[in-house]
Amino acid sequence: MSTEIEEPGLYDYGQRAARLPDPVDRANADLDIPVDVRLDMYELQQSLRQFEKRAYDLFMENLVKGTSHLSLGMEAVATGFGRAMRPDDYTFATYRGHAHTIARGAPLGPVMAELLGRENGILKGKGGSMHLTSVEHGMMGSYAIIGAHLCIANGAGWSAQMRGTEQVAVAFFGDGTTNIGAFHEALNFAVIWDLPVVFVCENNLYMEYTPIDLVSAVPNPAADRAAAYGLDRIVVDGNDADAVYQAATSVFDRARRGEGPSLVEAITYRHGGHSRADPGKYRPAEEVEAWMGRDPIPMYHQRLLDLGVSEAELGAIQQSVAGRVDEATEFAKQGLVPSADQLFVDVWADGGASWRN
Amino acid sequence: MAQLSYRDAVSAGIAQEMRRDPNLVMLGEDIAGAGGVFKTTVGLLDEFGPKRVRDTPISEQAILGAAMGAAMTGIPVIAEIMFSDFLAVCWDIVANEMAKSRYMTGGQVSVPVVIRTANGAGSRFGAQHSQSVENWCMMIPGLKVVAPSNPADVVGLMAAAVRDPDPVVFFEHKSLFATKGEVPSGEIVDELGKATIVRAGSDCTIVALALMVPRALQAAERLAEEGISAEVIDVRSLVPLDTQAILGSVSKTGRLYTVEENPRLCGWGAEVASIVADEVFWDLDGPVVRITTPHIPLPSAEVLEDLALPSVDRIFETVRDTIG
Repeated sequence: MSTEIEEPGLYDYGQRAARLPDPVDRANADLDIPVDVRLDMYELQQSLRQFEKRAYDLFMENLVKGTSHLSLGMEAVATGFGRAMRPDDYTFATYRGHAHTIARGAPLGPVMAELLGRENGILKGKGGSMHLTSVEHGMMGSYAIIGAHLCIANGAGWSAQMRGTEQVAVAFFGDGTTNIGAFHEALNFAVIWDLPVVFVCENNLYMEYTPIDLVSAVPNPAADRAAAYGLDRIVVDGNDADAVYQAATSVFDRARRGEGPSLVEAITYRHGGHSRADPGKYRPAEEVEAWMGRDPIPMYHQRLLDLGVSEAELGAIQQSVAGRVDEATEFAKQGLVPSADQLFVDVWADGGASWRN
Repeated sequence: MAQLSYRDAVSAGIAQEMRRDPNLVMLGEDIAGAGGVFKTTVGLLDEFGPKRVRDTPISEQAILGAAMGAAMTGIPVIAEIMFSDFLAVCWDIVANEMAKSRYMTGGQVSVPVVIRTANGAGSRFGAQHSQSVENWCMMIPGLKVVAPSNPADVVGLMAAAVRDPDPVVFFEHKSLFATKGEVPSGEIVDELGKATIVRAGSDCTIVALALMVPRALQAAERLAEEGISAEVIDVRSLVPLDTQAILGSVSKTGRLYTVEENPRLCGWGAEVASIVADEVFWDLDGPVVRITTPHIPLPSAEVLEDLALPSVDRIFETVRDTIG
């Protein structure tokens, strides 16, 4: 009699089937999105891609310390939402916030300098990759502990509601966030107060190193829970900037009309690991390969060609972005390290750090 | 001048500030229709309306998140966390978000929020509704911390907290709600970071906070009968901390006693003792003595809870027996 116990394995990564992408919806080419908006979205996706590739190279050169979480492969989400926003709307992002910061118009140089911990960084070298913020661009912060910022975005929406400005607050978060209490508190609260808040789950299929479907009660961790809050179930192709833009426009209109919050689940995939320390080996090779073939940027490039934009025009955009990323890199490298007195600056509104007389 | 209860002083202080600033709003569980479970917000809904005084679900993270998000986009907020023990369920937003956002963003973000919360023992509520947790907040850079002991201070420090552009945690003591005191008429605006010498003395300095202040004063009366002249300082504000008032007093009396309701380890008195030891050690005539709740969860039975907290008797006896 065998004493071996056969366990099905709750977390049986090796046996887990690859989750392959759906094909591109060709009909998205026909969406009513002007070509100039599409060119703008192409340029932004190029910026995000080239900026983060450069950031990665700078990690490899050990010019960036600490950690960083790249959005390579996920650029269409930040792009579609970012371009559908009004300049005075509010963005709240996670530690994976480079793309969302740049999408709101924050200048590349100071963002890159922040990753390098320089005094000319957008946070003066005191926040780093996980806390990118640019209030003047409506980028209200990158929040590095899962969940809180959904509740904080509610507050910005509440403020806009009280001031009657029709601004919208958008909270971006990963699939893993859907399993923390703050997600559920935030959704319920936003619904009962009719807040102009859009919750965007960037479902890249992995909660850090763990497949999200192994740790969630439902297959679509955000969208399948929308009904619990009386919200529509919205799933969008997060690798198609046009589809994202269309969905964003629709939920923003609803929020501005005073009809309350929305929850959008954008399905996407990260090209790399969770963070700098993670090679992402837990993902099946065929899955990675299939998703690399669904890279949002070459797809969008081809769509623009199909729509009659010339290869030369797209090439010029790529070149122009490359020049700006080079300039940003140079700006960052030329930055000084923060001076020692910065240690005691900006704890309090008076600019200082004093806690006693 | 009017006699107000500590409880009514809370609503009076909030009302004073809401009349002054039409943007100021408040939210919390049961604060609007019910007037607060401790009746500290009675009348505010009627005067300021449902848009400015809002009931929330039992969602402490949602409450403080909403407060922070509104505050950082231009709307100052008073948020209530019903019992200070419940700060533990929204501590991420207090300790990691509100407290650190200004610093982390290079000064871009401002969070003018007052978190009001009912603190302390004496109601026989047991270990999860009776704690004194001001030291939780004191140890987080970026939070200001106040704990008034009387109605006039409640009004004045509420105004100071609301007008402060940084996050302030405002501890209201449950066992003081029914106490009464004179509150001056007209607008009252106090200052954070100022201790008050509530009784002058020459033989020792007793530093106390919130409920421990009246107890320290009663102990000082009895010490006087024994010929011991105790100076009593109401700290009022832990961050910023008025160290000069304490150091000046200790230099004069040569003896320091702290009276703390918090459990022993890392209570605010430990920091005060450390500062005094660092800076006026040679003025001391004897060791610093901390009178605290033991390092235990609080029990609910009356006799046990009373034994746990520093009592008038314990303060009196400790000072009498150690002053030498």
